[in-house]
Amino acid sequence: MTELTDITGPATPADPVAFPQDRTCPYHPPTGYAPLRDGHDLSRVTLFDGREVWAVTAHATARALLADPRLSSDRRHPDFPVPTERFAGVRDRRVALLGVDDPEHQRQRRMMIPSFTLKRAAELRPWIQRTVDGLLDAMIAQGPPAELVSAFALPVPSMVICRLLGVPYADHEFFEEQSRRLLRGPAAADTLDARARLENYLGRLIDDKAKQSEPGEGVLDDIVHGRLREGALSRDELVSLALILLVAGHETTANMISLGTYTLLRHPARLAELRADPALLPAAVEELMRMLSIADGLFRVALEDVEVAGATIRAGEGVLFSTSVINRDPSQYEDPDTLDFHRPARHHVAFGFGIHQCLGQNLARAELEIALGGLLTRLPGLRLAVPAEDVRFKPGDTIQGMLELPVTW
Amino acid sequence: MRIDIDKDVCIGAGQCALTAPGVFSQDDDGYSTLLPGREDGAGDPMVREAARACPVGAITVPETAG
Repeated sequence: MTELTDITGPATPADPVAFPQDRTCPYHPPTGYAPLRDGHDLSRVTLFDGREVWAVTAHATARALLADPRLSSDRRHPDFPVPTERFAGVRDRRVALLGVDDPEHQRQRRMMIPSFTLKRAAELRPWIQRTVDGLLDAMIAQGPPAELVSAFALPVPSMVICRLLGVPYADHEFFEEQSRRLLRGPAAADTLDARARLENYLGRLIDDKAKQSEPGEGVLDDIVHGRLREGALSRDELVSLALILLVAGHETTANMISLGTYTLLRHPARLAELRADPALLPAAVEELMRMLSIADGLFRVALEDVEVAGATIRAGEGVLFSTSVINRDPSQYEDPDTLDFHRPARHHVAFGFGIHQCLGQNLARAELEIALGGLLTRLPGLRLAVPAEDVRFKPGDTIQGMLELPVTW
Repeated sequence: MRIDIDKDVCIGAGQCALTAPGVFSQDDDGYSTLLPGREDGAGDPMVREAARACPVGAITVPETAG
């Protein structure tokens, strides 16, 4: 035993912890992840089905491995880890962009890049600002209190992604509800059914666009009248791409707005600092991205043996990247549990790293800056309408965020 | 010496242009590109940070640049 400990001791801690776990405080990693934060580069975690996978916990190692083509994102790989029971039934389905490797991934990504550049995000800023202003006007006209998720956090990114893609916002209740079921179940049947409904909806939308003599202004219109017509991609592939862009385009940002607002309200000194100096907004958004790490669980499967940090990840083994743990590596971020708008928060992995790094990150930054900036400016007395500990947030097995956010001002 | 961008590797994340906007931009296809006259980094201290921010390691900064 002593000999074994001597060999394996330095590489990983002894007992795997369960993953995922629910957060105790919505803006801190679950307290149960403490063993993952004990200074090892790699640890082991146990998934719901009893399977043990590697957990990469050091910032530098995580960046190296997220950019390593020997780790696959292919959801159809028989050894790809299943993060929750809900997703067990969808593993045979092709997931565009984030669920495929190069060269398939590269072909899909390159179709989308021109629509998600910094320049495109900058062009959308005035429109995003008007959207944010309009929603805040309505909230103010209605008078306090308000439920901020439904009145603001969800509509902002929904309206933006609808405009960008060319999806009618009139259908938002349908796709928001199906996205919720897809990502949060509760049962595997919900996930499967929601996926089918979204695919049907987007398939019909694409067919309707194909019949129009003059293309509309959305990204989907461009592709339908360009690459789809030329046969550069199939209708099924476009449906799959549209689904990812629509779901990822509104759920994630909505969660960042709601949880970001809650976090600021729980840090009155930081909130006052931001109100006094709005030029801090971009740095604040970056630091909130790091601290909140709302997509806390990126998975890969090793295609071949990978030697890293004194350990060997064997071909076929699963690998987890817990972004909440990686983004609090004390060797990268001093005093990592503290919200600090003056630290260099860049190089966090909240948007991922490697070829799958978030396609919409520039748009997300613009939305978050404008949404949070608008809230702070227009509602100077913004505060929680209920005790902080009574505000409900999402369980650990999905994208992190607030289920509701009752506020007043 | 010139900064090298591997456009076969670039995924158009825009992190270089976000980090060092005085040196990097994105072309119409979304790929990283160097601003005219800034091909050697123009002494911008953020050039190395921009290279490090690239999620796919597409940017090489020569020792003498940046």
